Amino acid sequence: MMKIKIGKIELKNPVMVASGTFGYAKEFEKLVNLKHLGAIITKTITLNPRQGNPMPRICETASGMLNAIGLQNEGIDDFIKEKMPYLSKIGVPIIISISGNNIDEFFILARRLNKIKAISGIELNISCPNIKCRGLVAQDKKETYEVVKAVRKTTSKTVITKLSPNVTDITEIAKAAEDAGSDAVSLVNTFLGMAIDVETGKSKLGNITGGLSGPCIKPIALRMVHEVSRNIDIPVIGMGGIMNAGDAIEFILAGATAIQVGTANFIEPGVSGKIIKGIEAYLKKHKIKKFQDIIGRTT
Amino acid sequence: MKDIKAKILSNKLVGRAYYKMALGAPYIARAAKPGQFVQIKCSDGLEPFLRRPFSIHRVNGSIEILYEVVGKGTEILAGKKQGDFVDVLGPLGTGFSLPLTSSLEPRAIIIAGGIGAAPLVYLAEELTKKKIKTIVLIGAKTKDAILCEKDFKKITREVYVSTDDGTYGCHGFVSRLFHNILKTTESRFETIVYVCGPNGMLKCIAEICAERSFECQVSLEEKMACGTGACLGCAVPTKSGNKLACKDGPVFNATSLSW
Ligand SMILES: Cc1cc2nc3c(=O)[nH]c(=O)nc-3n(C[C@H](O)[C@H](O)[C@H](O)COP(=O)(O)OP(=O)(O)OC[C@H]3O[C@@H](n4cnc5c(N)ncnc54)[C@H](O)[C@@H]3O)c2cc1C
Ligand SMILES: Cc1cc2nc3c(=O)[nH]c(=O)nc-3n(C[C@H](O)[C@H](O)[C@H](O)COP(=O)(O)O)c2cc1C
Ligand code: FES
Repeated sequence: MMKIKIGKIELKNPVMVASGTFGYAKEFEKLVNLKHLGAIITKTITLNPRQGNPMPRICETASGMLNAIGLQNEGIDDFIKEKMPYLSKIGVPIIISISGNNIDEFFILARRLNKIKAISGIELNISCPNIKCRGLVAQDKKETYEVVKAVRKTTSKTVITKLSPNVTDITEIAKAAEDAGSDAVSLVNTFLGMAIDVETGKSKLGNITGGLSGPCIKPIALRMVHEVSRNIDIPVIGMGGIMNAGDAIEFILAGATAIQVGTANFIEPGVSGKIIKGIEAYLKKHKIKKFQDIIGRTT
Repeated sequence: MKDIKAKILSNKLVGRAYYKMALGAPYIARAAKPGQFVQIKCSDGLEPFLRRPFSIHRVNGSIEILYEVVGKGTEILAGKKQGDFVDVLGPLGTGFSLPLTSSLEPRAIIIAGGIGAAPLVYLAEELTKKKIKTIVLIGAKTKDAILCEKDFKKITREVYVSTDDGTYGCHGFVSRLFHNILKTTESRFETIVYVCGPNGMLKCIAEICAERSFECQVSLEEKMACGTGACLGCAVPTKSGNKLACKDGPVFNATSLSW
């Protein structure tokens, strides 16, 4: 009833877990029935290991949180050696999030992952606000096009481009990804934000600024999903503040073919399972035979 | 590790702004080791948004936490009634390692600073169960912040207290008390020091231990989001790279830290 397809990936339901909020899945093995998930997106990996940003890296805000992790990870070699064996055995589509400092790095990462059978897809994180670069790839339609194009050429796997909300016109970036051959877009990554400790006058984050996530961003994320899905033909994967099945259904009605659960995994580690059941119950209650029938129903 | 909807069995004021809460979470009680913690969802709504970490204070079929009211989350917890339910995730993290009983003749010195006493009562119980000689030093700013003195006294005879302002016990920092104790006790033992409290105190104790080549295990506090090693928010710089306070810690060997 809830089967969907994103690129070549067949998902048994539209509920995925978002990059950076679910580790490499093992962290949640005792808390979630991993087999029930639509897909798992792993923490963004880079070519070389990254230490990440100085502490403090997280800060609670009203109905949400700021993070400035800075893509701490051990690099692709360690990932393939240490994390892939476990991920391969789970039995749901595994999508690897990658990020590079330049097109070459994206290309090399995608080429190496293309050889691994157990990987279903790649999510291009061109939108992490916590790394010091010239600006985000996802803030420039030409760069977005070029990164996606380079990756497209080197991989036969499904390519998902993850967009940043920190732009004036998110639709033109989504179109650039589509034109370059992306199979889907996922949105949104976090909103650039900050918080200050008034006693010390210092930022509450070691990196000064960070990415805002959680329910506080949901209305904006929802509007962006609504807008983008009306203007491109590839599937949109929606996220931003989804805490329960109702939130997930909002994104689907707005135009998302699938959704990702992010920060909510920290507050309620078993929430993704509940969201899957909740969507099922909604479909039954409203006598909807096919999940596809409600995608983008809110015009 | 499990996320449990636990019934509050009791929630009592035990001092100035300190509460003890017992939670019906038999699974966590069975699995818990001293130094581990739980993540509690303080409210049913979105404020405060994140869970709050609390050390496992004691276990006896159920678990107990000992907490100080310092902000929104702990204020809400303090208002909870017996019979209410809260979501409790645990046990989390890597706790204290007990001395190998094969080592010469082990002696444990437990040092608690203020609310840092919370994880140490359970540790003292486990140490004495293993027949390891245990000395407890409790320090706080002032008399009404000295916690668990009675509990410790039930576990071991050797309990010493100091307050920064001299309102109770020895006058001065607990690190000075530690110095004095070392001077007056025999040193034929292989000493392991366990410490939990404010960062300044941890560092000070760790330095004294380093001078004497004592093993020193410190329990650190970091801001946490997930508590399970997924968000990488609680990084602790160590000599072998970043470790996670929630997974590799909260207990670390002091010599491994780069602070
Ligand atoms: C592993 C671990 C075990 C802990 N065990 C205990 C325990 O057994 N008993 C206990 O009382 N407390 C314990 N703490 C600290 C406790 O988590 C915080 O006091 C609590 O999160 C504060 O929540 P709040 O909403 O009441 O305060 P907030 O409104 O969030 O903050 C109020 C004040 O407390 C400070 N604060 C908030 N969180 C922390 C934190 N994690 N560490 C240090 N300062 C903080 C804030 O900076 C602020 O000044 C532990 C922390 C960790 C990381
Ligand atoms: C602590 C944290 C770490 C994150 N790390 C990544 C990451 O490595 N790669 C990525 O593409 N997105 C990362 N994100 C963004 C999430 O995947 C998601 O896009 C965002 O948080 C919005 O969704 P949410 O409100 O449901 O969390 C991270 C978010 C958080 C809170
Ligand atoms: S709190 Fe999330 S990794 Fe430690």
